[in-house]
Amino acid sequence: MKEDNQASAKFKYIGKNTKRVDGKEKITGAAKYVDDIDFGNSLLYAAIVESPYAHAKILSINTKKAEKIPGVVRVVTGNEFPFRFGLYMHDRYIFAQDRVRFIGEQVAAVIARDEATAQRAAKLVEVKYEELKPILSVYDALGLSSKKENKRSSEKEFGHNPKNMIHPKLSEYTHVPWFFPQDNSNIAHFRKIRKGDLESGFQEADYILEDEYTVPRYAHCAIETHASVGLCDHSGRLTMWTASQSPHTQRHLFVEALAPLGFTHKDIRVITPYVGGGFGGKAGVSMEILAAALATCVRGLPVKVIWSRSQEFYNTYQRQGVHAKIKMGVKKDGTITALEQLLYWDAGAYVEYGANVVNAAGLSATGPYRIANVKIDSVCVYTNLPPGGPYRGFGYSEFLFGLESHINEMAKKLKLDAVDFRLKNAIAEGDKLAYGASMNPNGLHECITKVAKAIEWGKKYPEDNKNKSNIVHGKGFSLFWKAPAMPPNASSSCFLKFNEDGSLNILLSAMEIGQGYFTVMAQIAAEILSVPPHKIRCETPDTDRNPYEWQTVASHITWSCGNAVKRAAEDARDQIFKLVARALEMQQEDLYLEDEAVKSKKDGKFSLKFSEFIINGIGQKDGTFRGGPIIGRGMFMPEFASAMSDPATGQGGKPNVHYTVGAAAVDLAIDKESGKIKINKVAFAVDAGCALNPDLVKGQITGGLLQGLATVLYEDMRFDDKGKLLNSNFTDYKIPTTLDVPEEIISIIVERPQPDGPFGARGVGEHTMIPAAPMVGNAVEDALGIRIKSMPITAEKIALAVLEKSENGGAGH
Amino acid sequence: MKISFVLNGEKRSLEVNPSEILLEVLRKRLGLTSPKCGCDRGDCGACTILLDGKSVKSCLVLAVEVAGHEITTLEGLMQNGISPIQEKLLDNNSFQCGYCAPGFIVAAHELLENNCCPSVEEIREALAGNLCRCTGYTPIIDAIAQVCKCEHEGKKGGCGCEGR
Ligand code: FES
Ligand code: FES
Repeated sequence: MKEDNQASAKFKYIGKNTKRVDGKEKITGAAKYVDDIDFGNSLLYAAIVESPYAHAKILSINTKKAEKIPGVVRVVTGNEFPFRFGLYMHDRYIFAQDRVRFIGEQVAAVIARDEATAQRAAKLVEVKYEELKPILSVYDALGLSSKKENKRSSEKEFGHNPKNMIHPKLSEYTHVPWFFPQDNSNIAHFRKIRKGDLESGFQEADYILEDEYTVPRYAHCAIETHASVGLCDHSGRLTMWTASQSPHTQRHLFVEALAPLGFTHKDIRVITPYVGGGFGGKAGVSMEILAAALATCVRGLPVKVIWSRSQEFYNTYQRQGVHAKIKMGVKKDGTITALEQLLYWDAGAYVEYGANVVNAAGLSATGPYRIANVKIDSVCVYTNLPPGGPYRGFGYSEFLFGLESHINEMAKKLKLDAVDFRLKNAIAEGDKLAYGASMNPNGLHECITKVAKAIEWGKKYPEDNKNKSNIVHGKGFSLFWKAPAMPPNASSSCFLKFNEDGSLNILLSAMEIGQGYFTVMAQIAAEILSVPPHKIRCETPDTDRNPYEWQTVASHITWSCGNAVKRAAEDARDQIFKLVARALEMQQEDLYLEDEAVKSKKDGKFSLKFSEFIINGIGQKDGTFRGGPIIGRGMFMPEFASAMSDPATGQGGKPNVHYTVGAAAVDLAIDKESGKIKINKVAFAVDAGCALNPDLVKGQITGGLLQGLATVLYEDMRFDDKGKLLNSNFTDYKIPTTLDVPEEIISIIVERPQPDGPFGARGVGEHTMIPAAPMVGNAVEDALGIRIKSMPITAEKIALAVLEKSENGGAGH
Repeated sequence: MKISFVLNGEKRSLEVNPSEILLEVLRKRLGLTSPKCGCDRGDCGACTILLDGKSVKSCLVLAVEVAGHEITTLEGLMQNGISPIQEKLLDNNSFQCGYCAPGFIVAAHELLENNCCPSVEEIREALAGNLCRCTGYTPIIDAIAQVCKCEHEGKKGGCGCEGR
C-alpha cells in the first residue's frame, strides 16, 4: 500500500506502512499470553466464592467442609486481607469484608491442586448473608424517587441519602486531590465546571432546547479473559504474571494493598506477556489482586486465577452507564451561547478507577465546541452493580451520544444544516476550553469538510420519497474529541541498547495490546538512529528490567512513550557522536547518521559502521580502545500539566495535555418493518498530528469503528431486578462478526502536528470508537424522523418506534 | 483411557479421562498453545483446529472423541514454513492483539482448501464463527481475499479463477 500522508515524504521510516514487528509472532502462534506459559506440575488453581446478592451483610463464613476435600491446599477469606486499595480512590477490598456490593463479588477463594477440585470445594464454602435492599439505579442511589424528580431542592442537599449508603465509610476513604466525594451520600465524586455566565448565555439565546439521553453499560469483550499467576517464594519475593495494560501501576497497587504484609516495590515483580486485547478492561488492577494475595498464602508454589468468559463479564471493569440531561441555547445565526450538561454516572460498587472516567467526561462534556457559557455537573454515583471503569473512549462515547444527538436536533429546530451548524461552532486552536485552558493546534475543520465530502453530505436518496419500498436511507454526522485522562505526572521511560551487529533492543513498559506500539516505537528509534525497524526488537514488560511506564491507557503511548523513545535514541546518537569525535579526533558537529553508520559532512568518504564499534569501542593506534556499549536513556513527563483547580468551577488547572479531534459520518439503510439497519458507508477522519504508521492508524479506525457500531446497534448489558447480569456470554451479549462489517469504510488521516509530540504525533486509539453511536442515531433520525434517545438503537426499538409513529403521528422515543 | 491419534502428522498415544476437553489436552498436556480459549462454549472460534481436515472448535470436543482421527493445529500447518495465507496477513498488518489469529488462520486454511479463491462474501461466511474484537475484520478479510491457492501452487488460472 502506498502512503499518501505528509510525514512519509519527509522521513525515511516515519509515516511508512512498516509491517508490524510483532507480526510474525502473532501469525505463527508463537506469541505467548499468560495462560500459554507453562508453570509446571506444582501450579495451583484458585476458584472464587462469589456473592449471590447485590447488597448484603456478611454474617459468617464457614470454610470447614471445603478444607476437608482432598486436593484443597488452602481456603482464604477476607479475614486474612482486611486491606483497602485502589487507583484513584481507596474504596476497594481484596475480598469483601463485612458486606458485599454486587453479584459476583469475591468473598473467599479455594486454592487446590487442580481446577476441578477448586471449583467443587468452592461450592462447599458456606457464607451466611443478611440481604440489604440493592440500589440498582442512580436515581435510587441519590434518593430521587423517579427520573422526573431530579430537580434539586438545594445544591447542598442534593443526593443525600444517609440511610442507604453503599459505602458508609466513604468520608474516610483516601483519594486523589481532584476528587470531591460528598459526605452522607452515594456520590463518590462530583466534578463541576462553571465557565462564563450561564444565565445570560441562555438569555442571549433565541432558542433553547432541553432533553435527556440514556446510555447503558457495556463490556470490553477482549477475546482473552483476565488471567493472573502469582508466585511468592520463601524469601518473600512475589512475582506476578498478568494479562495487563499496566505492569508498573499494578506493581504499585500490589505494594499498596499488601504493604501491611511487609512488601515493598523491590519485592514485587510484574511480568506481562502479550495481552489478548485490553480496551481499558485490563488497565489498573482488578482480579489480579486475588492471585497476588493468594500467592502469599501458599509460599513457594505458583497459583493461577483465570476468569471464565462469564466472570469476565460480571467481575471486571464495565463501561459505566449514564443519564444525561442537556440544555442548550443557540442564537438564530447558529452560535451556541450556553450549554448545561448534567451527567449521572452509574459507576457501580467500587469506583477507584471509574470515578476518573466521570472526572474526564466532566472536563470535556462541551464536546469539541466553542461555548462561552457552560455548566457541567458530572456525578459519580455508587450502585450495587459491578464496578465501572475504563473502556476505550473513557466517558467520551457516553456523553457524546447525547450531545451530538442534541446538536442535530438543535440544527433541525433552527433549520440549519447539521454540518454547517457544527462547522460554525467547532473549536479551533486557541479557543478557551470549559476549564479555562486553551485548545491545542488541531485540524477539526479539515476533518469536517473532508468527511462531508466523502459521505456526499447533502446528496439525498430520491427513491425514498416514492415511498414504495420498506427501505429508507439516512445520513448522520458526528464530531468527536478526546484528551488523555491521566494524572498530571504520568510518565514514560525507555532504555535503548545496541547489540554487536548494530541491531537494537528497546526496553519499555508500555504494553503491546494490539495497537501496534512496538512497531511505531521501532520506527521512531529507526528514524533517529538510521537502523531499519526490522533490526529493532521491543519486548513485553518486566518491571524488574524495563524502565517505568505509568499505564498503556488514554491513547497516550504514541505521544508519551514515543517521546521517551525519541529522547533515548537522541541520547544514544549524542553518545555516538561524542565517542567518534573523541576517538578519531573529529568535530561532533560534522557527524551524522545514515544507513547504520556514522558519516561526516566534511569527509564524504568517512563511514564507520555501528557494527564496527557500538559495543567493543574504537581501536587506537596503541592497541587500546575508546568507548564501550552504547545505551540510550529517555524519559517524558508532561511538566506543564496540573489537576489543581477550583472545586466549585473547575477553573484554574491544565488537567488535559491535548485533545485529538475528528469527524465521522455514516450512510445507512433501514428496513422499516424489521427495524434492521444496514451500514453502507462510513467516512472517518481523525487528526493524528503525524501518522507515524498510516496502516496502523487505519487498523484503529476499522477496529474501533466496528466496536462503536456494536454499542449502538445491539450490544448492552442487561440486569434483572436483583442486579444479576443476564447476558454474560457471547450468545446473549452479541459482539460483531465478519457479517457485521460495513460495506465501505473511508479512512481519512489529517495531520496538524502536535508541537510536543514525537514528529508531531498524537494518539488515536480510543477515538475511533467515539462518534459511532451519535452518527447512527442522527442517521436514523434523518431516515425516519424519529429521535431515539437511549442506546442501543436496536432493530426492535426502531420497528416499535416506526409503528408508534404511524399509529399516532408522534416522534421521539 | 488410552487413545491414539495423529497430531500434526505424528502418531501419538495418551492416557485421558473421559471428561477431558480436547482444547485443554492440546494446550496443557501436549504443549500446543496456538489454539486459545476465549469462551469455552463454542462462541468465539479462538480454539479452532482441524479434525480430519474439517475445522472444529476444540473446546466443544472431548479428547476421547479424537481416538483414531487426525488433528491439525496451526503448528501443523507450518511444516513447510509460513503459508501464503499467513504471508498476506503479515503484509496487511491484519492482526492486532493476535489472540484470535491462530483460529482465523486455521479456518481460512479450510476455506481455501475447498475454494481456491473465495469471494469476499464467501470469506465473510466462512469466518463468521471466529470473533475478533480488535481489527473490525476488514484487514483480515482483505488479506485472505488476496490469496489464491492455485497461484501459489504454480498453476495460475488452473482452477478457472484466472488468478488474482
Ligand atoms: S474457546 Fe472454543 S469457541 Fe471459544
Ligand atoms: S486481533 Fe485481537 S482479537 Fe483479533
